[in-house]
Amino acid sequence: MKRITILFFALVLISSMIILSANQKIVIDGSTTVGPIVKAFAEYYMALNKNINVSVSESGSGNGAKSLINNKCDIATMSRFMKGKEFKAAVEKGISPVAHIVALDGLPILVHPSNPVQELTLEQVRNIFKGIIRNWKEVGGPDKKIILISRDTNSGTYETFSKLVMKKEKIVKECEYVGSNGAVKGRVQSTNNAIGYAGLGFVDRTVKALKINGIYPSKKTVTSGKYPIARPLFMFTNGYPKMGSHLYNFIRIYLTKKGQDIIKRIGFVPVTAYKK
Amino acid sequence: MKNRTYHSILISKGTSRLRRLVSFFTRSWFFFITSISIFAVFLIILFVAKDALPYFHLRGIGEFFTSIKWYPASEPPEFGVLPIIFGSILVTILSTLISVPLALFSAFSLSDILPFSVRQVVKPIIEIIAAIPSVAYGFFALVIFAPFLQRSGGHLLGIGVWMIGMPLFGVIIIILGQAISGKFISSRSKISDFIIYSVLIVPAFHILYKLFKTLSAIKIESGTNAFNVSIILAIMALPTIVSVAEDVLFAAGREIREGSYALGATRAETLLKVVVPAVKSGIFAAVILGIMRALGETMVVWMASGNAAQIPDPIYNIMEPIRTLTATIAGDMGEADHVTGSARYHVLFAMALFLLIFSFAGNLISEWIMSRSRKKWGK
Repeated sequence: MKRITILFFALVLISSMIILSANQKIVIDGSTTVGPIVKAFAEYYMALNKNINVSVSESGSGNGAKSLINNKCDIATMSRFMKGKEFKAAVEKGISPVAHIVALDGLPILVHPSNPVQELTLEQVRNIFKGIIRNWKEVGGPDKKIILISRDTNSGTYETFSKLVMKKEKIVKECEYVGSNGAVKGRVQSTNNAIGYAGLGFVDRTVKALKINGIYPSKKTVTSGKYPIARPLFMFTNGYPKMGSHLYNFIRIYLTKKGQDIIKRIGFVPVTAYKK
Repeated sequence: MKNRTYHSILISKGTSRLRRLVSFFTRSWFFFITSISIFAVFLIILFVAKDALPYFHLRGIGEFFTSIKWYPASEPPEFGVLPIIFGSILVTILSTLISVPLALFSAFSLSDILPFSVRQVVKPIIEIIAAIPSVAYGFFALVIFAPFLQRSGGHLLGIGVWMIGMPLFGVIIIILGQAISGKFISSRSKISDFIIYSVLIVPAFHILYKLFKTLSAIKIESGTNAFNVSIILAIMALPTIVSVAEDVLFAAGREIREGSYALGATRAETLLKVVVPAVKSGIFAAVILGIMRALGETMVVWMASGNAAQIPDPIYNIMEPIRTLTATIAGDMGEADHVTGSARYHVLFAMALFLLIFSFAGNLISEWIMSRSRKKWGK
């Protein structure tokens, strides 16, 4: 009995210490694409400021917007711009969303490294996802059925793809849907005849990014606007944060040298990389 | 003397009233506790229905059940849930077909065939399967099993043919052989039996080999499909069915078995004709529990079914990706906010309501069958 009492008091003490020490919190929710950036920012910021706790959830851009509208988070990370309906809902609830462009991102079209196809036009990609082109040999590949991998309709990545590539036309029903950028990459790297799309930061040697309209997706072609499937990544806050507050410092990390290094390291394109 | 004893049990009037009061409050308290769970079920149905009905107001009933086009995000959206319902049913049936025979045979062998010491070791191990979180199964299905199916799914199917076909054909041959030799040959000898069996074995082997050849040649294009999910769901349902069915068989007791042996029945006769009929309703309950596990599972199907809202072409092609109700509800909830497209939000509740009614109906039917068989067997 005594031991339990001691244990109980110890627990109370520890938990109260945790609560007291991290009394300030920044809650972030939203896109799985922007997730890695804000997570790295959070790590960096928490190392500088011991008494602040930054929590990052990745539940998709739509969920991020929803959290901000319901005042459940301080920052909504989004890989698409807020929709008119979301703005309306926010204003009705007394929230005024302010957009901050953190970084730029391209959407590389990914195939298996063994696939001989190097290049497609935007039109061809659209026709593949519309189900008009169903075999790799129609675009200069082997005589194999094309396996389509898409992000789920809940993601900003899907919205961007649907807007920039599909021009709002419907994706064929055979297309498979997965829940994260990492899962798209995983499916493509383990499936010989697959085609998919993910953020620029997810390209490595295990998957091959295709040239689109003759342009290879890279930081340079994305910044210059030459690569056709590119988008800005956003952080939304409720109003512009009070200057000098932790939130203010946090959303300005992307403007610092360190912040831009982080963005580059993860594989995205900093907004201020105007050179080259 | 008698009077005195009576007196000593009797309590005075005042305490009696107090006790009655206490008893009343205790009883109502327990009644309240018990009714919480009933309330919960009631409230779940109420709230799901409350959010589901606006969908049918907005879009009508026809599209939901008849259209095969599921495009919740496009403009204008289309909400054809038929392929998704099909996907749920397909996966449930397939996984049941795999898990139920496996689980029941394991339960039989654990309770009646294998030694007791083996049961004491094996049963807890089977039950551990139930403790693995479903996301771990999903991860396995997506990262290991799906690529494996793409690389050598045909071989797996081929091996499966032998594993299922050999014992099945063996039993069929024995039964057929016995029937034939009993009918046509008056004086049975070992030689005539041998000839009959070998005549039967050759075509059986041929059929199996043909099947093996065709299935081995299958090239699975995408590993995340109905087949993959069904196998994983079958494994997940296994411990539930095995554990419950074995408990029921075990609870049938020694007496019933010893009685059967005393009448001269063999072990097979005892198991199949005495024990199993006696606990039929319990075994049925075990199977229903397993089916419900497969129907309601979300994480695995979301990760490994491919989530393509389509009815496979041809319809029996289980190597095509499919989409289920549970995965759609889980996966589409984020974007489908009240404000951002309300039909898209309510359609998910309509699907949840359908799922709820579906599993409710399943439970009711199983209850009904169980009570009927209980009456029949006087249990």
